[in-house]
Amino acid sequence: MSIVVDEGTKLAVSGLTGREGSFHGLRNKAYGTDLVAGVTPGKGGQDVEGTPVFDTIAEAVTEAGANTSMIFVPARFAAAAIDEAIDSGVETVIAITEGIPVLDMLSTYWKAQEKGVRLIGPNCPGVLSPGKANVGIIPAQFFDPGPIGVVSKSGTLTYQIGNELKQAGTGNSSIVGIGGDPIVGSDFIDILKLYEADPDTELIVMVGEIGGDAEERAAEFIASDISKPVVAYIAGFTAPPGKQMGHAGAIISGSSGTAQAKKDALEAKGVRVGESPTETAAIAAETLRSP
Amino acid sequence: MDLLEYQGKQLFAKHGIAVPSGEVANTVEDAVAAAEKIGYPCAIKAQVLIGGRGKAGGIKIAQNAEEAREHAGAILGMDIVGPHGEGPFRVEAVWVEGGSDIAEEYYASVILDRGEKKLLAMVSAKGGMDIEAVAAEDPEALVKRHIDPSGFDTAAARSIVADAGLAEDALDEAAEVLVKLAEVAREEDATLIEVNPLIVTAGREVVALDSKVTIDGNALFRHQDLAEIADTVDDPQEQMAKEKGLTYVKLDGNVGILANGAGLCMSTLDVVAQAGGAPANFLDAGGGSKAEAIVNALEVIKSDAKVSAILFNIFGGITRCDEIANGIVTASQQIDLGMPLVVRLDGTNSEEGLRILAEADLPNLHQEKTMLDAARRVVELAGGAA
Repeated sequence: MSIVVDEGTKLAVSGLTGREGSFHGLRNKAYGTDLVAGVTPGKGGQDVEGTPVFDTIAEAVTEAGANTSMIFVPARFAAAAIDEAIDSGVETVIAITEGIPVLDMLSTYWKAQEKGVRLIGPNCPGVLSPGKANVGIIPAQFFDPGPIGVVSKSGTLTYQIGNELKQAGTGNSSIVGIGGDPIVGSDFIDILKLYEADPDTELIVMVGEIGGDAEERAAEFIASDISKPVVAYIAGFTAPPGKQMGHAGAIISGSSGTAQAKKDALEAKGVRVGESPTETAAIAAETLRSP
Repeated sequence: MDLLEYQGKQLFAKHGIAVPSGEVANTVEDAVAAAEKIGYPCAIKAQVLIGGRGKAGGIKIAQNAEEAREHAGAILGMDIVGPHGEGPFRVEAVWVEGGSDIAEEYYASVILDRGEKKLLAMVSAKGGMDIEAVAAEDPEALVKRHIDPSGFDTAAARSIVADAGLAEDALDEAAEVLVKLAEVAREEDATLIEVNPLIVTAGREVVALDSKVTIDGNALFRHQDLAEIADTVDDPQEQMAKEKGLTYVKLDGNVGILANGAGLCMSTLDVVAQAGGAPANFLDAGGGSKAEAIVNALEVIKSDAKVSAILFNIFGGITRCDEIANGIVTASQQIDLGMPLVVRLDGTNSEEGLRILAEADLPNLHQEKTMLDAARRVVELAGGAA
């Protein structure tokens, strides 16, 4: 098994006719993901290398059987596209788009909650279940199937850790990029829950960064609800307060949201925190080997 | 994006929240002229993006033109360090404001609660001091309540200000202010609005005496007026980076950093610090592998006179390392760095990338295989900690 995406994923890509959307949508298809539809208003009836394009996501659901929507729509229209996806009847919405106004995401978040739709992102690299399906922009070559579930706020940092795990001879059940925005559809806790229930996941690697308190909340949740070992990495120890470090959500406000506070919270609950991506991968591989 | 006090107050005034009248001044002469117009006593307030200005000597009351001149002269150009070590921030402007007759000092704010995914209203009768300290010492003195996403009316706001124990005769007006603060959040895409103090004057008027406002940078496309404020950046490197469309944050070390992806870049800063170095900046090169993007990034880093060596840390995902290596070779023909560049290429096509760099045999270019080795090398080449 794996989480969020797998062989049963039937993918509709909003923005498939755009440059980024077609590049990544077709890469996902080449990996083996069942790409069933593209969605672009006004371009219904066309196709992108054989994949039919519909005007609405709802049509992609009824006509092509889509159950997962990926959003590659420009930022100012993306929240509306996510809302449309939530109403369309798909089970999962994965929003890659970066730069969506955070207050737009507030209402969209609650809409997804209300309708029981799993929303991943925005501003995330997507979800990869090695050997099964890839939805998003994660370069699949660094990840083999295996027992480690990864959940991360960051893209390249995850690839770095994935590559080291692969070199250590292990692999992944799934890799979930939850995104670096202040408001994301699924937090660490939501994904930790899924890994706990996934029989193929034996160990969880959690990659956090400065800003907000999602890591602190996760630490509490790990102590109360997660039986599998968790290894963490936190980026941003040298980040100054009040400065946004690339991701919209990566900012220390006053004295809250620091990397040290997150590391302390996790360690207080018995989670091992690596000093570097390399050490994190090494701890994960070692924990897996030890009986 | 944070607004200066006076910019926040202008936003408040636009939404019907009472603020003292005032004028902004960049020179001592302008400050004195503003004070003469406003009358005495008046407050001369440093306009910097940080709290704790009063303690740092950045807020002074002038009783006459002579004092206005003296205070403006002292405050303009001073460097203010924030309570959590932020900055220093150089004072480029003062806000000259009519004196207020303060009867009560309260605290009111509306912020985005990231964890709960709601707007959170906070009110306290203990205003005018560090609210984090109030919350730590006397948590009950700070009333916190989430704003119902479906709407926030005067009745809901009134129950918050009443629970916070504000003066009975100020409740209606304070509730009105709270409703308007929530309106500012929603209509102006503000993720933090703090009024400390929110005062009641001797005439029992409720007035916002200070403002701290953070606007969501992702929403500036729908706020032309605020987007213009965002275009003014004080730091020369940050200004240059902005013009080139790069995500750059200036730090105060001597090791220039360029990495792809925000997370990897933050991690690179950490690893350099662990190796005993002091990072000079955060610069996310994004997915750009073209020589032009690399030249732009290196130019920004190089323009910081403190930088004595640069680390270029790449993990190629969809961007291929061979393309990046070619970009580095081309860039090296266009820009003379005049300092060592340590390159660590890993990920997609890294072997090919490493071969291209080795064949080019660029002077002052050092290759390392791992992030840790690259960090150690660049720290050594930069001459230890700054």
